[in-house]
Amino acid sequence: MAVSRFWREIPQRYNLEGNQCTICGRKYFPPKHICDSCRRESIGKMKKVKLSGKGRIYSYTVIHTGSSMFNLQTPYIMAIVELNEGPRITGQIVDCETNDVKIGMPVESVFRKIGEDGKNGTIYYGYKFRLVK
Amino acid sequence: MRDVAVIGVGITKFGELWDKSLRDLTVEAGLKAIQDAGISSDDIDALYGGNMSSGLFVNQEHIAAMIAEATGLTEKHIPATRVEDACASGGVALRHGYMSVASGIHDIVVVGGVEKMTDVSPSLATDALATAGDQEWEAFFGMTFPGLYAMIARRHMHEYGTTKEQLAKVAVKNHHNGSMNPNAHFQNEISIEEALSATMIAEPLGLFDCSPISDGAATLILCPLERAKEFTDKPVKIVASAQASDTIALHSRNDICRMDATIAAANLAYKQANLRPKDIDLAEVHDCFTITEIVAIEDLGFVKKGDGGKAAEEGLTQIDGKMPVNPSGGLKAKGHPVGATGVAQAVEVVTQLRGEAGKRQVKDAEIGMTHNVGGSGATCAVHIFEVV
Amino acid sequence: MVGIVSYGAYVPRYRIEANEIARVWGKDESIGKGLGVFTKSVPGPDEDVATISVEAARNAMKKCSVNPSEIGAVYVGSESHPYAVKPTATIVAEAIGAGPHLTAADYEFACKAGTAAIQTCMGLVDSNMIKYGLAIGSDTSQGAPGDALEYSAAAGGAAFLIGKENVIAEINKTYSFTTDTPDFWRREGEKYPSHGGRFTGEPAYFKHIMNCAKGLLERIGTKPSDYKYAVFHQPNGKFPVKVGKMLGFTNDQIKTGLLTPRIGNTYSGSTPLGLAAILDVASPNDRIFAVSYGSGAGSDGFDITVTEKIMEINGNPTVESFIADSKIIDYATYVRYRKKLHLGGE
Repeated sequence: MAVSRFWREIPQRYNLEGNQCTICGRKYFPPKHICDSCRRESIGKMKKVKLSGKGRIYSYTVIHTGSSMFNLQTPYIMAIVELNEGPRITGQIVDCETNDVKIGMPVESVFRKIGEDGKNGTIYYGYKFRLVK
Repeated sequence: MRDVAVIGVGITKFGELWDKSLRDLTVEAGLKAIQDAGISSDDIDALYGGNMSSGLFVNQEHIAAMIAEATGLTEKHIPATRVEDACASGGVALRHGYMSVASGIHDIVVVGGVEKMTDVSPSLATDALATAGDQEWEAFFGMTFPGLYAMIARRHMHEYGTTKEQLAKVAVKNHHNGSMNPNAHFQNEISIEEALSATMIAEPLGLFDCSPISDGAATLILCPLERAKEFTDKPVKIVASAQASDTIALHSRNDICRMDATIAAANLAYKQANLRPKDIDLAEVHDCFTITEIVAIEDLGFVKKGDGGKAAEEGLTQIDGKMPVNPSGGLKAKGHPVGATGVAQAVEVVTQLRGEAGKRQVKDAEIGMTHNVGGSGATCAVHIFEVV
Repeated sequence: MVGIVSYGAYVPRYRIEANEIARVWGKDESIGKGLGVFTKSVPGPDEDVATISVEAARNAMKKCSVNPSEIGAVYVGSESHPYAVKPTATIVAEAIGAGPHLTAADYEFACKAGTAAIQTCMGLVDSNMIKYGLAIGSDTSQGAPGDALEYSAAAGGAAFLIGKENVIAEINKTYSFTTDTPDFWRREGEKYPSHGGRFTGEPAYFKHIMNCAKGLLERIGTKPSDYKYAVFHQPNGKFPVKVGKMLGFTNDQIKTGLLTPRIGNTYSGSTPLGLAAILDVASPNDRIFAVSYGSGAGSDGFDITVTEKIMEINGNPTVESFIADSKIIDYATYVRYRKKLHLGGE
């Protein structure tokens, strides 16, 4: 991935910075240019908002055949997490066994290495999730 | 707006076809269709080609012109367009071909679909397929394409009690159907035990819950219904052509146990054709994974939401069942050369409606449906065909 | 007075037992006993100094109500920074919402890079150049397979927010003792460090800690019994006990901050984590004596007095809670996580 492509999303990947429609209050992650409900009316009316990273597991799977950047980490757990603020996002669940995960369990975000652009490329950091004890 | 008919079909064998290039595949399917329709290349007004990722698979873009040239059509400089909507490329190409004839802009139109997937390693093929999902927010974090459908399966099991055995039943049925399809990628039967004990890909989906990586091409020739009898005595009318979109990322959907794009497209299609689910005699649905077939038969209205697993278990969807689904063997056994699938589904339905499906013929088939999905449900194309 | 406004720690949860390493290399349990190291922490495959520093820094920020935009400097000290060129400090700053109006840099001075960062922040704060400074010491350093260092080289880190207002512990004085002593080093491009064997003891570790400690006590006019807690750099479980004794500190004073027997030597995180463990249980007016050591060589000493304000912060997550959250792995998994195999796909 080109450096600019990763760098552009750092506020989202490091800090879960989304946005909110100031008309209807709906929150989005990643940020959207306009609100899905208010559309044209929301042009210029979206404001940045940092999400807490806390949520619950909506669904999950254990991946045995990973994509090329992740193939050496299999098996690993991936999930759709429904954040407390509403939006759902996709992330890896770490620091637990594959049997520990169930739909509905509370999770919190952690800062981890996602991958790298090869041995001499940049390192990608971002969010993953762990079960809340 | 005028009625449109299918007057010719052509399809290659699907599989790991080392000897055949992307050009070879499209020409083979194209020539078969042209001969089946009994037309001359001079009659063709336009070409629409469905293909997901020739760029990533064979490093070639701009393939519509390439395909037109390979089939001798650039001599007449006809308009040639490539249509891309991930795994729905074929179905959407069909829709564009249909619209160009229905609107009166073109008369005889070739609709093709092709994918050459085996020139790259399975790992790179997997990466290419993953581009149907959200790169920045799904794939980047480790999600794979089977992983997306695995999460759908997991949630469907959680909400409706669908079981792994029911998923396996879908695979067994489709392999059984594929064993009667000489063009299918896999023509072997499998047992439930084999399906259940297969290598895990993304839990709960194992190897036999996933469609394969295949090469192949399929072609249809369309023409206005009023002219169809010039070419064939078995024209098949397209009575509905519908398409819908939804969020690209699975996590952005309202409910991952259903595909709102399927529901929207299907509702439009039924309305256009003035038909209801029970009127459909057979359907070729998008079983990229076993769970996808289960969700599809619910969303297309053949069974209630949540009853898809039970329907598979009870044999409802077998060729001799109340609601035959994927008599061709589906994507699972027939194969899934991504861009070709949507067109291949139509080829099967037309073949069935003509009564030419041999051992896998659905009895008294008069109305057939195709259901083609892109990504994890971001695009859906639904067509309904009827014997004239 | 300048002091610690908040602090945070992080130790990865994987552990490998010294006996397991010994088993692979044909040694026995006498190795672990001899070193006083029984388990060490191992970073997961998706952890590195950047992720550990961010977690420690975020834990520090959670305990106080300082607005990260008021942080004027971020320094990360480590000998296993993820990049040879590109600072870890900027990744941390971004991940805690600090900046862009700040200065940042990475430090390297073997195991004392973190305490050097604390000293720099003290200077910047005391001179009113900045309001708050964040100093972090963290490492994921490695020992060569089969080498003595493999039993102790561990992973972990701690972050200290330095300021003048609402300090939970005042740093009364800092003093350092530094010479050019080649006891332990790693050349550019080399994967594992090298060391001078027994030379790392008396002329290196002991000389610098003794001189620094005595120099500090002299300059303040205190004696060991004036302190409730003492923490020294802890490359193994034996050296800090020995140097403490030599200086006149008791095992009681040292035991709270002595973590190496259970999590190994976290290098730049070593003294900082020991100090964090002490702050987790300290009471107002407790006095703490801390002396780090970094090969190459030097020691930074600190005389610290805990204030009333320590009662107002929530200590969680504590160092002990990180130590308790542990998953034992075998040598094969350890090798896989620490990339000691030449894996073709990478």
